[in-house]
Amino acid sequence: MTDVNSMTGGMGRRLYGPRGWTVLGLCCIAVFVVMPILNLAVPAESPFHVSAYWVTLFGKVMCYAIVAVAMDLVWGYAGILSLGHGLFFALGGYSFGMYLMRQIGSDGQYRQPMPDFMVFLDWKEFPWQWWNSDSFLWCAMLVVVVPGLLAYVFGYFAFRSRVKGVYLSIITQALTFAAMLLFFRNATGFGGNNGFTDFRRILDIPIATPQTRMTLFAITGATLIGTLLLARWLTTSRFGRVLAAIRDAEQRVMFCGYDTVHYKLFVWTLSAVICGIAGALYVPQVGIINPGEMSPANSIEIAIWVAVGGRGTLIGPILGAGLVNGAKSFFTQAFPEYWLYALGLIFILVTLFLPQGVMGLMKKKT
Amino acid sequence: MRILLTISLWLFASGAFALDAATVNKLGFGDGDEKIAAIAALVAEGDPAAAALLQAATDGELQTSGKLVLIVKGEEGVNAATGAKVAPLPEDREDVILNNRVRRELGGAVAALKLISPDRAIRLAAAKELTGNADEAMLPLIKKALARETDAGVKQLLELTQATLELKTGTKESRVGAVRTLGLSTNPNTKMLLLGILEKSKEGTFTEPDEDIRIEAQKSLLALEGRLAWGERAGVLFTSVSLGSILLLAALGLAITYGLMGVINMAHGELIMVGAYTTYVVQNFFKRTEFFDWYPLAAVPASFIVAAAVGMALERLVIRWLYGRPLETLLATWGISLMLIQTVRTIFGAANVQVENPSFMSGGIEVLTGVVMPWSRVYIIAFAALVLFLMYFLLTKTRLGLFVRGVMQNRAMASCVGVPTARVDTWAFGLGSGVAGLAGCALSQIDNVGPNLGQNYIVDSFMVVVLGGVGQLAGTVYAALGLGFANKLLEAWQGAVLAKIAVLVFIIVFIQKRPQGMFALKGRALDS
Repeated sequence: MTDVNSMTGGMGRRLYGPRGWTVLGLCCIAVFVVMPILNLAVPAESPFHVSAYWVTLFGKVMCYAIVAVAMDLVWGYAGILSLGHGLFFALGGYSFGMYLMRQIGSDGQYRQPMPDFMVFLDWKEFPWQWWNSDSFLWCAMLVVVVPGLLAYVFGYFAFRSRVKGVYLSIITQALTFAAMLLFFRNATGFGGNNGFTDFRRILDIPIATPQTRMTLFAITGATLIGTLLLARWLTTSRFGRVLAAIRDAEQRVMFCGYDTVHYKLFVWTLSAVICGIAGALYVPQVGIINPGEMSPANSIEIAIWVAVGGRGTLIGPILGAGLVNGAKSFFTQAFPEYWLYALGLIFILVTLFLPQGVMGLMKKKT
Repeated sequence: MRILLTISLWLFASGAFALDAATVNKLGFGDGDEKIAAIAALVAEGDPAAAALLQAATDGELQTSGKLVLIVKGEEGVNAATGAKVAPLPEDREDVILNNRVRRELGGAVAALKLISPDRAIRLAAAKELTGNADEAMLPLIKKALARETDAGVKQLLELTQATLELKTGTKESRVGAVRTLGLSTNPNTKMLLLGILEKSKEGTFTEPDEDIRIEAQKSLLALEGRLAWGERAGVLFTSVSLGSILLLAALGLAITYGLMGVINMAHGELIMVGAYTTYVVQNFFKRTEFFDWYPLAAVPASFIVAAAVGMALERLVIRWLYGRPLETLLATWGISLMLIQTVRTIFGAANVQVENPSFMSGGIEVLTGVVMPWSRVYIIAFAALVLFLMYFLLTKTRLGLFVRGVMQNRAMASCVGVPTARVDTWAFGLGSGVAGLAGCALSQIDNVGPNLGQNYIVDSFMVVVLGGVGQLAGTVYAALGLGFANKLLEAWQGAVLAKIAVLVFIIVFIQKRPQGMFALKGRALDS
């Protein structure tokens, strides 16, 4: 495997053409300049003012978009349909949530240094999972390590035994289902049913101010763009070509002498880590994390964002996450009764008529 | 409460009153001693009407008016002696006053009369009530009842109570005998009693001074503990088989649609739900008629047909276009499941609906004290076995089964020899969906019926099929029963949630080892 693929690898390749970079630059301006000004500088009475609700909503959708890109890396490029990505997202969220819970300090309902749910359960000390959880850096590390490690161990065994296709999907679903049951227990030590909520501060700065909100929003935007560029770089590299080959004909790639397990394992773990980071960004903006995030239904929804946008493109999943979640916000407010019909129809119509997603539609037009 | 109800129903229904008016009058108007004498006389009469009268007296329903003694329940009254209805009720009624001494007599008398009632169920209930809280005063009464008792079950209970009482008051011989009798019991409370005999006080001396009795108690305790352990094992065995049969029912349909056809049907759980709601509708329809107990006869075929129809429609409209694209099928059927859930919510509301058991399914068999096998679960085990047999028959002995297996093994070849493959797909999917509907019908008898019913079973069903090995009925059966046992055994040890998690993790690990399930079809292909 020395220098076979010099035509695709190497330093000379470009991630995007000029048009792509222009669009990306415009997005950067929108996230880092326009939104902050519209939200912070424009007075609330002005029609151009963007309210806190919208900032949070956009922030949330950007977190979902990060997850969608991560999902696309494994599904669109490596052909692994995971029905458990919600688990990695939630694990990242819980890891960072621990830090946020500790930051509440003694301002909880019971005015005690322990988080409220522990006081309620009459616990006197922190369980081992909470060791060092008042350290920002430790928790930030957990955000990456916990989902990454779980994905690595799970993936190592699954890919080594050549579990694939639908079987893999079903056992990832079983994994997230088991984790959900585990986190629902109070004894697990993560707040049971209610999870974590009622956050006050982050890095000792009050969390509910417009400035903090905007900062989190901008960080999320930066992470999304960073993830997109990283994914683009990976998929256009030699590595990405091998991945696509694994997706299309795994046997052949194996017989060519590639160890497909390592390729799949790397992209799988990377995807889980990205999901964890997205979860960590999601929790302070939305202000709550509970075991419901691990329900199998949530994880399947991630797959539909990618399918709507278009698998195997990177912009597509971002669009898909935006479209589906935009529709969800609209429906759950205007016609809550019909949201499940709409979502169900999206699932059916996209798989039947739009196998390439929205991106495929655009390509056909041009 | 139930006994009271039975007795009073019986009283108003039969109306067979033949009580001595003088005795009744004594009870109504006499002083304390006269009342006690009247109670004794009534007990001696041993008549159901006497039992009812004494019960009414205990419940404070006895009133007098002029020379009449009345039993007044709410706004209705009957003459206590003759049982004739008294309407309108006289205005000048007075409650019959009972002092504590009379009350005590009355309590014993009611229990005693129940013990000699001709109805076995009442005697059994009374005997059961006495096992826990009999006092020494009842001993002669219990002996009397024992002498008359013919039913083995009631007799055993009474003997136990007698032994408990003898232990407290009897002579040494009768106490040794009593301890021996206690060793034959299956009641966990008896264990406490025997342990009490063997207890040491703080000073290190035995609370029970007589050594012979202690030795007997030790022996009895061992026997009893052995029997209780067996009871517990029988209980775990039964609940395991019960859970296994439920898993089997839920997974059997999937064994066809996924196992044989390879369609990842995420809406399988919702087809179960459709079956359960069909049962609910049928049940509602039968509620208005007098044939309520017969509704399962209609509900079983109805749930099969409705679920099969939904399944066949799905196959024609959606799944047909996705054959060979399993991941897309998964997503599309998930979409279908969401729409089915919302449809049910719109029609029946988001709350759970109430499906009542027919009367022959309520209650259960008490194998040992504390180990009850509910009839509903017994019937479901039988039902699962029946459905399994029918499916086996259908797949191996009929033309449709032959076609289904042929198409699944080699579609092109089957088509070449003239099998209408497209139609066979539809029929096979309908069959699998119909079986899911049957599962829903059975589940409605023991589980909550609500829009989320299916979601609770979908992961489990897939686990069963995947664990058993795709394309194998036998594998599905072993996997379902195996998971039932694993779940229940772990549950007894670590609690329900951890047991479930452990089972899921086990399956995840298992699939890594044997990706084709327990009973894989043998083949040499690298990619199946």
